[in-house]
Amino acid sequence: MTANIARGSLPSTARKPWGRFSSLSPSWFFALPALLVYAAVVLYPSLAGMVYAFTDWSGLGEDKSFVGLANLTAMFHDEQAMGSIGNTLLLTVTIVAVQNGVGLLLALGVHVKLRSRAVLRVVFFAPVVVSPVMVAFLWKYIYNPDPSAGLNGVLGTHIDWLGDPSLALWSIAGTVVWQYAGYSMVIFLAGLEGIPPELHEAAMIDGAGTWQRFRYVTWPLLAPSLTINLMLSTIGGLKLFDQVFAATNGGPGYATETLSTVLYKQAFVFGKFGYSTAIALVLALFVAAVSMIQLYYLRNREVAQ
Amino acid sequence: MKRTFLLEIVMVAVAVAFLFPVYALITLSLKDPAQIAHSPLSLPAPPTLDNFGKAWTAAALGPSLVNSTVITVVSLVALVALGSFAAYYLARAKSRMGYGLYVLFLLGIVLPFQLGMIPLYQLVSDLGLIGSHAGMIVFYTGIQLPFTVFLYTGFIRALPRDYASAAQIDGASHFTAFTKVVFPLLRPITGTVLILNAVFIWNDFFTPLLYLGGSGFETIPVSVFAFVGQYVSDHGLVFAGLVLGALPVVVAFLLLQRYVIKGFASGLKG
Repeated sequence: MTANIARGSLPSTARKPWGRFSSLSPSWFFALPALLVYAAVVLYPSLAGMVYAFTDWSGLGEDKSFVGLANLTAMFHDEQAMGSIGNTLLLTVTIVAVQNGVGLLLALGVHVKLRSRAVLRVVFFAPVVVSPVMVAFLWKYIYNPDPSAGLNGVLGTHIDWLGDPSLALWSIAGTVVWQYAGYSMVIFLAGLEGIPPELHEAAMIDGAGTWQRFRYVTWPLLAPSLTINLMLSTIGGLKLFDQVFAATNGGPGYATETLSTVLYKQAFVFGKFGYSTAIALVLALFVAAVSMIQLYYLRNREVAQ
Repeated sequence: MKRTFLLEIVMVAVAVAFLFPVYALITLSLKDPAQIAHSPLSLPAPPTLDNFGKAWTAAALGPSLVNSTVITVVSLVALVALGSFAAYYLARAKSRMGYGLYVLFLLGIVLPFQLGMIPLYQLVSDLGLIGSHAGMIVFYTGIQLPFTVFLYTGFIRALPRDYASAAQIDGASHFTAFTKVVFPLLRPITGTVLILNAVFIWNDFFTPLLYLGGSGFETIPVSVFAFVGQYVSDHGLVFAGLVLGALPVVVAFLLLQRYVIKGFASGLKG
């Protein structure tokens, strides 16, 4: 109604190039520049990738033919690729559990009115803004096998953190948790700050102890923060590349290969571009599936509580 | 009171342990190779700044700083301009097409970029943009638009229409109403958009490695990667390079910490 009156009262719309569309809502021309760049950089390449995944394309030429599901079946017989799926899932589960657990504990600690809370928050968050490649190089030294240097020097141990195939994956998870626990912390902190103090006061009057107040007041009300944290850390874990590439490049053997490092090598080391995009398609399916499952269950949980 | 004090001690102890890698980073960068071999964990005695001068030139950090700055700043300008502009339409459109386009942009948040990585590499290479600032700027603008459009659209939807309507009754077009009236109101979300995208673009590694490796236009993470590979056994030199490479972003963070933490706490990643 108001909009119609406004349209009727605009005096000179027909003469202005933009004004012609200015009546009810802005013209879709506003979205055109963004749409063009987005289509060129994301939509077209992703669609092309889905097609290439079913070809034997081997380089940057036009020479390729359809091979059906051959790339996907080849994956099942490829020890490196299958191992990387296991590694990626194990890394993701570990990172999601530990990063969010540590992040929650840090948030609960920093949420209390400590004198040092402002400094603590900055300290724990700082690694988040640094390049993951540089953090990985720093930790590569910390994980030095030399018993007098790095972590071994502090703990008095003699462990080859990144060189032992049964340990390397956990060491990389440690690096990621160190860098991003502060990220989970600030998201949980924002959630904690949104909980009205009256709820805690009411629970205390009813005789609830610290644990009971956490379990029945804080925890349920942190559900939205938990949703966001689980989503971000899962997707980050599934796509993990920089830290592995810099710290171990997938080794020793295939012990730390992830989907991202394998698809990189298949394309840019072995020139198997079709096979590489097939692995990328599997990664894309994992990311999309996890996003949807998590969104579905966690939304339900939020509603239920 | 007593319990708070105890918690304070525990938290400070955790922070000290947490900072151990940073202690190692800084002390090693200030030591010569002999000190590193004999006493890797002690404080540097005497400290030396030799590593820093050498690392600065060996890692080509001067040119890399320029490359990183140009690519990040121009990409941010393009993202804010294109993203806010598109979001104004998406937030205000009542048509089915408006909603359809919004969903199309959201799809870009879920799609991992690896899926289109190789076709995109081919496209950028066909356009002759490999090894150039322009190629990276177009890449970051496209890849970060979905997230930028998402942030802006949500914010504009919550904004009253009256401001823009008032301007239009006074004869302004949608274009003028947006640039003169609506855009200035978007300042809080523009801040978040700038911070999250800046941190992502500045630190991104995979694509600049593919597009810029060996071109002379490398960004800081790519230069540092090549530099570490070359001098891997000289820990003092490597760590001086890491300190210098991380310094710009750490200084920026310390200056803007309140805004940066707030931006990240909104729960969205660049």
